[in-house]
Amino acid sequence: MQAFDLYAILPELVLLIATCLLLVASVYVRERQPATPGVDQDIFHTPRGVGFVYFFALLLLAYLFFAFFGRLGDVSLLAMNGMFQSDPLSNLLKACSCAAVFVTLVYSKQYLKDRSLFRPDFIVLALLALLGQFVLISGANLLTLYLGLELMALPTYALVAMRHNSEKSVEAGIKYFILGALASGFLLYGMSMLYGITGSLDLLEIFKTVADPRVNHLVMAFGLVFIVAGLAFKLGVVPFHMWVPDVYQGAPTAVTLMIAGAPKLAAFALLFRLLVNTLLPLLGDWQPMLVLLALLSLVVGNVTAIAQTNLKRMLAYSAIAQMGFVILGMLSVFDDHAFSASLFYVVTYVMTTLGSFGLLMVLSRHGYDCETLESLKGLNKKHPWYAFIGLVMMFSLAGIPPTVGFAAKLGVLEALVDAEHTFIALIAVIASLIGAFYYLRVVKVMYFDEPTHEITVTGSGFARALLGLNAILVLVIGMFPATLMTMCLDAMRRTLLGS
Amino acid sequence: MILSYAIWIPIFFGLIILFYGSEKPSAGVRWLALFGAILGFVATLPLVIHFDLANTGMQFVENVRWIPRYDINYHLGIDGISVWFIVLTAFINIFVVIAAWEVIDTKVSQYMASFMILSGLMIGVFAALDALLFYVFFEATLIPMYIIIGVWGGHNRIYAAFKFFLYTLLGSLLTLVAMLYLYNVTNTFDIAAWQNARLDIVEQVLLFFAFFMAFAVKVPMWPLHTWLPDVHVEAPTGGSVVLAAIMLKLGAYGFLRFSLPIAPDASQYLGPFVIFLSLVAVIYVGAVALVQKDMKKLVAYSSVAHMGFVTLGFFLFSPLGIEGGIVQMISHGFVAGAMFLSIGVLYDRMHTRQIADYGGVVHRMPAFTAFAVLMAMANCGLPATSGFVGEFMVILAAVDYDFVIGILAATALILGAAYSLWMVKRVFFGAVGNQHVEELKDLNGREYFMMAVLTICVIGMGVYPKPFTDIIHPAVINLLQHVAVSKL
Repeated sequence: MQAFDLYAILPELVLLIATCLLLVASVYVRERQPATPGVDQDIFHTPRGVGFVYFFALLLLAYLFFAFFGRLGDVSLLAMNGMFQSDPLSNLLKACSCAAVFVTLVYSKQYLKDRSLFRPDFIVLALLALLGQFVLISGANLLTLYLGLELMALPTYALVAMRHNSEKSVEAGIKYFILGALASGFLLYGMSMLYGITGSLDLLEIFKTVADPRVNHLVMAFGLVFIVAGLAFKLGVVPFHMWVPDVYQGAPTAVTLMIAGAPKLAAFALLFRLLVNTLLPLLGDWQPMLVLLALLSLVVGNVTAIAQTNLKRMLAYSAIAQMGFVILGMLSVFDDHAFSASLFYVVTYVMTTLGSFGLLMVLSRHGYDCETLESLKGLNKKHPWYAFIGLVMMFSLAGIPPTVGFAAKLGVLEALVDAEHTFIALIAVIASLIGAFYYLRVVKVMYFDEPTHEITVTGSGFARALLGLNAILVLVIGMFPATLMTMCLDAMRRTLLGS
Repeated sequence: MILSYAIWIPIFFGLIILFYGSEKPSAGVRWLALFGAILGFVATLPLVIHFDLANTGMQFVENVRWIPRYDINYHLGIDGISVWFIVLTAFINIFVVIAAWEVIDTKVSQYMASFMILSGLMIGVFAALDALLFYVFFEATLIPMYIIIGVWGGHNRIYAAFKFFLYTLLGSLLTLVAMLYLYNVTNTFDIAAWQNARLDIVEQVLLFFAFFMAFAVKVPMWPLHTWLPDVHVEAPTGGSVVLAAIMLKLGAYGFLRFSLPIAPDASQYLGPFVIFLSLVAVIYVGAVALVQKDMKKLVAYSSVAHMGFVTLGFFLFSPLGIEGGIVQMISHGFVAGAMFLSIGVLYDRMHTRQIADYGGVVHRMPAFTAFAVLMAMANCGLPATSGFVGEFMVILAAVDYDFVIGILAATALILGAAYSLWMVKRVFFGAVGNQHVEELKDLNGREYFMMAVLTICVIGMGVYPKPFTDIIHPAVINLLQHVAVSKL
């Protein structure tokens, strides 16, 4: 191992060691005994010492965020004998992931406390999943990618089933696990095909071999189909989307956010590494597949979301449709502008998702989950500020200016028109018109309906302040998107030049 | 900087009012809103005072880089076509605030804030010289309007709010694709650059239809007008006033700024088609207005008919027609605003808008009747009111274009007189209809003030329209010269 290897993987190492330390420390975190023995499991109790673990995790995440942020200007590095790459794109995505997990933890604290889930294992699992995301984002080798993918997925399977006395959670956990394993199998099978024909696991090597016209195209395309199917599973796009609604709904909201937030960034990285970094020469093969996946997602996601009354389920279908948009950005000719539009889309989408689920958690309380449309009724009458946050999030998801969702959609649509896919852009636009309906319905419930029951705002002052900041950022970046856009474009351009 | 002030003063006050917030109706919020509205109006006055008649280009230009990645700029500027609309928007906003003074008693701060923000956004639409900036303002107006209809509207407000939002969004999204296409051709979002871009006829026709969808929905033109009556009926008085007086004009303005100069050949080619739609609006929708039982619906249909006149004038491609259309738009802003305010005055007292529930209002509200009848006359184009000027110019242009079209357009005057006067007869004259009418009280000072000021505007513009036409004329000539040059 050389010095720059150490430099390249330093943040990951810090995260790993700190997580292990936390794991050890959490042994000393005592389960507090219920006040009277034998009373039901739901009784409010939080283990002593978990506050320390939580605080340490936040510090760690803040450090990592600034570490990656500081590295944005770095050039691309291939470390660990070509297994691990640290390029501007990975630094940007990792910084965003850190921020997303940080925000998720802050939003979740009170929610978890009220459900006796605020335990060190939650935090440690979240950090492990984050480590998986880092490895995945930086993977320069099929093995690293796969390792990262599994390290990201396994803790989330456990997290989903954390509420072990809830049937729904366990069902969601099992479903997620089985389908996730299936998707990994698909990916692995596709990768084995690639390995079989190129004789290498290294992304760069594969890229070079694939570009060679003498390679058997049929086998490559065959492997590609499996890779795209596996990717589609992980991204949660139609027709491989079945797990998304069930898992989103079944998991505790904090865990839903853990799945809906940061991992989308990693999934984007996987998409980029496999299709652009590695299989770009097969552009003509994978683009038609992506067109189909994207359009199906847009239509099925948006139309099905209309029928949902459970907000978490609705946001799940919305996520399916939004990922369709992310994929659309990959349909251009080889173009850093288009890829950066996708990148911008996914980053801002994660930001909006954090706010939406954060709002649901802040409005939940002990023994009551805010997750149906009903539960938001008349929010404006009771808590106008939180209704306003909800309004901003919904209009951003619907892509109405001046929110950031509009800037993101603009970029992707521009990339589509630029690649002369004007017709696809039209379909995407009509799908988002359909989508606007159910986002508007949420606003309607919050603003136009009379409150029918008590709504209380929980959550620490910090969480509420962060939620407010989140909403303001969605508006402000929507009005001044240039900085973030330039950052994305710059990262994307230098990454493409470096590889 | 004047344009920026005109846009951001109302929005700034809107935000302050929003965060100042108060559950209970409080005078502070109202006075703050009124102060903001008046300040916003005063900020627009230099635009007219310092308007340079000799300059046919854009004036008061501001250009700041906004999103360099797509060459999107915060580019503002006005010419003779847009200046009056900016003043009108800020002017009407004052009336909206006053009209809500005692009437709105729930969520006052949100109500006032919505209208203040809406006003700033609409001024932004008229001032934008960058297509994306235009689009952002154009779309952003949907959010406050959606809230206004949905929160303070009538029984069926939710249906109306959704219909309004989705209908408008459909058109705008198609326009967005068209804008991206034009960006792809020219590599800029600058409207002036688009106006000089060479496009073949197929491109022009497709672009024309994409823009047409957004603007025709907004105007609204027959057969895309069905959202307007529903929305008017449900919207609170202030919402109806803004909708009729300003929002409809955003669409018509879009025709002048985008459709005609960017796709001149397609506009000429499809002109007869638009003229046909406009005539249907004038005649058929005018006839529909005749049979309405709800006063607001009647005025809503009459708005569609009047806007049909505007689009008719635009697509005759003569200076008189376009100028007439613009004058008609400004006049309609005063007249329709005043008519919806009048209906609001009645509704606040009786809580019904059905014509059949009234009768003989003149016996109890003589002062109000005088104003309302005058506005009804202006609505059907009585000479010496502002309604006459625009309609007369458009009819002259239409006769010049084709005598039959002129005759058909002129029927609007008859139909307009029919539905306006018949409504006046049933509501205001005759014997006192029922006990509730018997108990009506005449205008209070606040209402009197609003009606009086609008009356002065309507008669002033009707008697002496020269200040308006003087400013509009050079810009229209400039536009027509541009349209006359083929882009093929």
